Amino acid sequence: MWDYTDKVMEHFHNPRNQGTIKEKQEGEEIVTGQVGSIACGDALKLHLKIDESSQTIKDATFQTFGCASAIASSSALTELLKGRKVDEAMKLTNKEIAESLGGLPEEKMHCSVMGQEALEAAIYTYKGIPLDSHEEDEGNLICRCFGVSDTKIKRIIRENDITNAEQVTNYVKAGGGCSSCLPDIDVLIEEVITEQEQIKVEQEKSVEAAKAIATAKQDSTTQPKRLTNLQKITLIQRVIDTEIRPVLAEDGGDMELFDVEGDVVKVILKGACSGCASSTETLKLAIEATLQDRVLPSLTVESV
Amino acid sequence: MTNTIYLDNNATTRIDEDVLAAMLPYFTIYYGNPSSMHTFGGQIGHVVRKARSQVADLLGAEESEIVFTSCGTEGDNAAILAALKAQPKKKHIITTEVEHPAILNLCRRLEREDYTVTYLSVNGKGQIDFDELEASLTGNTAVVSVMYANNETGVIFPIEQIGQIVKEYGALFHVDAVQAVGKIPLDMKNSTIDLLTLSGHKIHAPKGIGALYVRKGVRFRPLLIGGHQERGRRGGTENVAGIVALGKAAELAQQHLADVDREKRLRDKLEQGILAAIPNTAVNGDRHNRLPNTTNIGFKFIEGEAILLSLDDYGICASSGSACSSGSLEPSHVLRALGLPYSVLHGSIRFSLSRYTTEAEIDRVLEVLPSIIDRLRELSPFSSDDADWLQEQELAISR
Repeated sequence: MWDYTDKVMEHFHNPRNQGTIKEKQEGEEIVTGQVGSIACGDALKLHLKIDESSQTIKDATFQTFGCASAIASSSALTELLKGRKVDEAMKLTNKEIAESLGGLPEEKMHCSVMGQEALEAAIYTYKGIPLDSHEEDEGNLICRCFGVSDTKIKRIIRENDITNAEQVTNYVKAGGGCSSCLPDIDVLIEEVITEQEQIKVEQEKSVEAAKAIATAKQDSTTQPKRLTNLQKITLIQRVIDTEIRPVLAEDGGDMELFDVEGDVVKVILKGACSGCASSTETLKLAIEATLQDRVLPSLTVESV
Repeated sequence: MTNTIYLDNNATTRIDEDVLAAMLPYFTIYYGNPSSMHTFGGQIGHVVRKARSQVADLLGAEESEIVFTSCGTEGDNAAILAALKAQPKKKHIITTEVEHPAILNLCRRLEREDYTVTYLSVNGKGQIDFDELEASLTGNTAVVSVMYANNETGVIFPIEQIGQIVKEYGALFHVDAVQAVGKIPLDMKNSTIDLLTLSGHKIHAPKGIGALYVRKGVRFRPLLIGGHQERGRRGGTENVAGIVALGKAAELAQQHLADVDREKRLRDKLEQGILAAIPNTAVNGDRHNRLPNTTNIGFKFIEGEAILLSLDDYGICASSGSACSSGSLEPSHVLRALGLPYSVLHGSIRFSLSRYTTEAEIDRVLEVLPSIIDRLRELSPFSSDDADWLQEQELAISR
């Protein structure tokens, strides 16, 4: 027997917002997102009423075929959605649904994933994005029994910090049928873990670089106050060459001054850090801070 | 606390008061080891012998043909492996798609060694095809293992007809009779069965005791290698209290065989009551060749675990072959083998009665079940205003 929380059982016995939405006022739109199937053993139809001008979800209802936790997850989802802006709702993860129920048994996490997917389907429909252009369907099919792609599996691994294939089965069912794709799932987990470790290393590097730049800055004298355009560009170039590039070089990175337009400094990031979105952002901020301090406080940096 | 209405007797049963009373002294008073040389231990040997004859009587077998085991799974494993060891040159096994995991998973394991296994399919009623059986049998077939009655649907296989075909090809015939014993009269003297498994806790004895019938003359190799217990057929100190309990339970089962019609009448009342009161329901499997205590009913458009948890609120215990309640993601292999549509597959509930089941309990189930099913169907996207989606899906699956 499953170890359901009281909250799950309460939602199962007294589901909120069941049924469809039939009435709407002018300026409101009703959309439906449906996922799952009778073959899989659970299916959810999520209905949303959206106020067009404020882009707010005015009402949310559900119809669910499934076990107690599927019904409870659907019910909880509708409560989470009411009053949310559409773009905010889009950010809702399966984890939040599960957490709002005080957690779900690991084997039942796929119920929360189903809720998140129905939500996504409804919002895609609302925005007029065809569902078959959905990025997750573009990936390679990994689990043929339940029709799950690598893109979807990787997303769920990232969002839920998954470390083994059994968990993947619990969350998205992949591998739960003939189990022949379990080795492929192991490979995906490896890939995501490696990818996340790389991001972590890159982030640490850029934080170190930022610290080093900040230290270098403290050692130097105060900067001149009024500058001609030529003086400004010359000074920026000098600070980059003497203070920033040496620090970046220590971690295998580099940069180049591309142009200066008013107070916007356009730079090209190169080397080890250039491919990684999060470290680029950290680096840009570090360079900006140094230039603001050493040249002009009004400067901003753009990576081109 | 609500009173428990226990309709899950194919899962396990309540220990009979008389069985409990019979076994208790063997924990604290007569706790000796039957292998001992002193009287205190030695006297236990007589008790074990009596129990063996009680079990033999229930099966129409001889005492020497009974080996005590720890459970049905052990009996199944020991029987198949003994049959293979006794005929080392034969490398083929035949069984059915609807067997208990104790047989199916053992067969899958043996496939990874140098055995081939034929899994006979079943039709919509859950019955096998004799032609398929005959076509599968060869001189290389070591053992054919077929359950007497299915645990999920209660469907009974025509065991003796199957056995006659098996014997023509010189294979050993094993029958997992865990669900049949105590519900169907058995007579090993006039049977084609070579090996037969039974389990104590399905017939009001405790968990942890079972028996294997081994026809006299069938070569047997033990699964548990150890002492001389069970005439060298199963090592390990005897579970004396369990053996005494199984003997008593076998004796009582024999008496209650005459009473099985009462269970059948209650089962039929439950079944007919449900079918009459609730639309879109159907009985799964062969309704005629079926255990008297079991019914498996499919409730369309809803999911079994949700039904079970709703019944649980009223203290009603049943079980389901749905994916969600089993912890696996696939619905029951038995119901899938019947070829049921998915709309039924996930919403199938098994009710299994016992001699303790009362008419008032059946009435109570009939009273509360319709509103449970109604509520869940109202929640379902399939049963309400949009059946198109469902049709699309069933179509897609059938393609």
